[in-house]
Amino acid sequence: MFEATEKTRGRVGRSHVMSLALGLLTVLLAAPTLIVLAVLVYRGAPALSLDFLLSPPRAGMTAGGIFPAIVGTFYLVGLSLLVSVPLGVMGAVYLTEYARPGRLLDFVHLAIVNLAGVPSIVHALFGVGAFVVFMRLGTSILAASLTLAVMNLPIVIAATRESLLAVPYSFRQASWALGASRAQTVWHIVLPNALPGILTGVVFAVSRAAGETAPILFTGVAFYLPSLPNNVFDQCMALSMHLFTITTQVVGVPESYPAATALVLIALVLSANAVSVVLRSRHRKNRRW
Amino acid sequence: MLRPALLITLLLTACRGPSDRVVVQNKGSDTMVNLAQAWAETFVLTHPRMAVEVSGGGSGTGIAALIQGSVDIANSSRAIRPEEADAAFKRHGRKVVAHMVALDALAVFVNSANPTDSLSFEQLACIFGEGGTCESWSDLGVTVPGCRDNQIVRVSRQSNSGTFQYFRETVVGPKKDLRLGSLDLNGSSETIRLVETTPCAIGYVGMGYLSPRVKPVCVSSGPDQPCVPPTALTARRHEYPITRPLFMYTLENPTDAQRVFLDWVGSAEGLRVLEHTGYVAVEPVVASGEAQ
Amino acid sequence: MSARLHRSRWSRGVERLFELGIRLGGFAAVVLLSGIMLFVVGEAWPFLLGRFDAIEFFTSTEWFPDSVVKVRYGALALFVGTLSVTALAMVAAVPVGLLGAIYLAELAPPRVREPGKIIIELLAAIPSVVWGFIALTVVSPLMVSVLDLPVGLNVANGALVLALMSLPVIISLGEDALRAVPDSYREAAEALGATRWETTTRVVVPAARNGLLAAVLLGVSRVVGETMAVLMATGHSVRIPHSIFDPVRTLTATIAAELGEAPKGGEHYRALFTIGLCLFVITFVINWLADRLIRRAAHRV
Repeated sequence: MFEATEKTRGRVGRSHVMSLALGLLTVLLAAPTLIVLAVLVYRGAPALSLDFLLSPPRAGMTAGGIFPAIVGTFYLVGLSLLVSVPLGVMGAVYLTEYARPGRLLDFVHLAIVNLAGVPSIVHALFGVGAFVVFMRLGTSILAASLTLAVMNLPIVIAATRESLLAVPYSFRQASWALGASRAQTVWHIVLPNALPGILTGVVFAVSRAAGETAPILFTGVAFYLPSLPNNVFDQCMALSMHLFTITTQVVGVPESYPAATALVLIALVLSANAVSVVLRSRHRKNRRW
Repeated sequence: MLRPALLITLLLTACRGPSDRVVVQNKGSDTMVNLAQAWAETFVLTHPRMAVEVSGGGSGTGIAALIQGSVDIANSSRAIRPEEADAAFKRHGRKVVAHMVALDALAVFVNSANPTDSLSFEQLACIFGEGGTCESWSDLGVTVPGCRDNQIVRVSRQSNSGTFQYFRETVVGPKKDLRLGSLDLNGSSETIRLVETTPCAIGYVGMGYLSPRVKPVCVSSGPDQPCVPPTALTARRHEYPITRPLFMYTLENPTDAQRVFLDWVGSAEGLRVLEHTGYVAVEPVVASGEAQ
Repeated sequence: MSARLHRSRWSRGVERLFELGIRLGGFAAVVLLSGIMLFVVGEAWPFLLGRFDAIEFFTSTEWFPDSVVKVRYGALALFVGTLSVTALAMVAAVPVGLLGAIYLAELAPPRVREPGKIIIELLAAIPSVVWGFIALTVVSPLMVSVLDLPVGLNVANGALVLALMSLPVIISLGEDALRAVPDSYREAAEALGATRWETTTRVVVPAARNGLLAAVLLGVSRVVGETMAVLMATGHSVRIPHSIFDPVRTLTATIAAELGEAPKGGEHYRALFTIGLCLFVITFVINWLADRLIRRAAHRV
């Protein structure tokens, strides 16, 4: 229809060139990630073995493995989820399905958005002030998990809220029209439809809780413990903290140990992320509206 | 928020297994936490019915806990103060007993490319102390190959570590601060790695932590004092000027468990562990003499 | 659907309980969140009323919290440390991040877009302490041997790590902002004969301006608050840097390094809470601005 003039060809050409250039730039972004992973694998692989994963550190952390740190990370993540997920989901349901729109709701929304961005070290301060000192929990698994839970609470609330809002309003109207109460509608209609989105938020909380070091540094993680913790008032070890310790403090740790510990930590975080990717793609496929 | 937390707590405490081990609680100096941990770990291998729990927090924290009665052994890199010992006696009716368990000698070291062999306290104060003017290796009369501008990169430790405080007190004096602008690292391992790879750097670290890839220098405490290299021998003879004793404090008449552990610490096995972790063994004669 | 509802028709009691639970949960969440602010302020308060000297705190570089001679709380060098590391990280991350977002959202063919996003997520999955480890053991020796620097732990090292950490934030939020621009804009531009590149630069990016700015702001907030990586990468040295290769110490790293041994309830402990309060205020302002921008963008579209 149109004659391709000299000028148009130039413009189309430029569009292609720019696309290609930005594409190259983005491919370059892959480089640091791959380099980091390659360095970790290259350095850490010699240490990785079943024995490394399943035995405690020995000889002043210069031998043995990281078993107590793995167990500790699982305790911390698990216990923090037990608090942050129910509270976060209930909070989000309250805010989206029950609370009346108005100034208070706006304020709460603002608080949640901001708290999601509060530095983790400030959460550490809060954890020390509130749980360790004020509630007299001492430095314990409980105090550290609660600190992680508070850190993750805004994230769980925001993710849940977003997926609740994504459930079309007509679903609720249909349910009410059938005589269902507000609570029944939430339980039978809204929550099941929002579940994949909520789970994505939970998975993100898992990876954050496993990876963060600052909030647990002063609230419940010990340098070394001779045995696994007995209850939530004991301290525990954690992978992230262990990596910090053997990198900066302990002399004579084999070169491969910190890298192998980092790999295990990344593997944990990545497997949580992989779950979230699967959930999201399923969610997209199953969405019927 | 309290409700679920409480519930979880109850659930988890309910699952707690019966514990028939005798536990010795050990708390205090962060300088000693490595050592205490290594001891704890090896000790339980031969004493399966006992457990030794180790935590840090600083010498003061450990002694405070001993006074309160919440730990069995306080680890301390300084001698207990008279008022602290009085407080413990008042509270428990038992005196505090000192066990000198090791010596900690701080080695001053430089990169292996650095030609410096010896440093006096005066020179160290010029480098590290507040008001010191040594910014360049030229001020000390050396040129360091591979070091840009011949600049001195001071590697220190966090101001609340015992190692930092002892270094400051000994080298620049009890009433002086170290100069700001040093790299205040988190631990011995980080310090050594940095000096290994940085030609301009100078740092200090517990003697036993030295790696063969860095170069310790000999230290003299004054103008007419001899320059002493950091070795186990010079530390044990108190010739090396940056040497301090490390203590474990208990109350008088320790329990059987505490006594078994402390005796083991002084045994050949305990000494073997000690030497592995970078500290210097106290000669038995000295130990008992100082402990009184 | 109705059959399932019918079978499980709830008694009034169960329903009351469910709603009570939700209300309590919502209430607890809100209380807990406001508690953070209260506790940080509360713990800093005695210091703010007592020893705190605003002039010293904000203009002196003498940070001697446990001096034997004279205790001084001058935090200027810490603020400058945070500022310098953040600024340098953003100089690197903002252009790269925004261009990456533009490419992934507007220009990339689907078979590049999906792997691209996976790479970005991989980058986001590397924890802070691992970045610190890389900075300390890989980047620092390289800087000394390749660039012939006196010391490898410095502003540039910290900024490099922080730039990499903030890229996923900027890219994914930037992409969201670009996607929020309705397709009708693109269709209109293409109908007028604009190329893909022209549509992107002259129509989509300007339309998504607020959202892109918000993405950048949230990247900044992430960088300001980052702790472990900067603790290990910047050299932790109290001083005003004269070049990007000088070591510095940041606000976050100071808290992380000193909180452990500052006696609870003491002056030093409260001074650290005061630094925490400053961080809280800084990130609060940034996040609030970003939130307003996002809402305004949503409103307009």
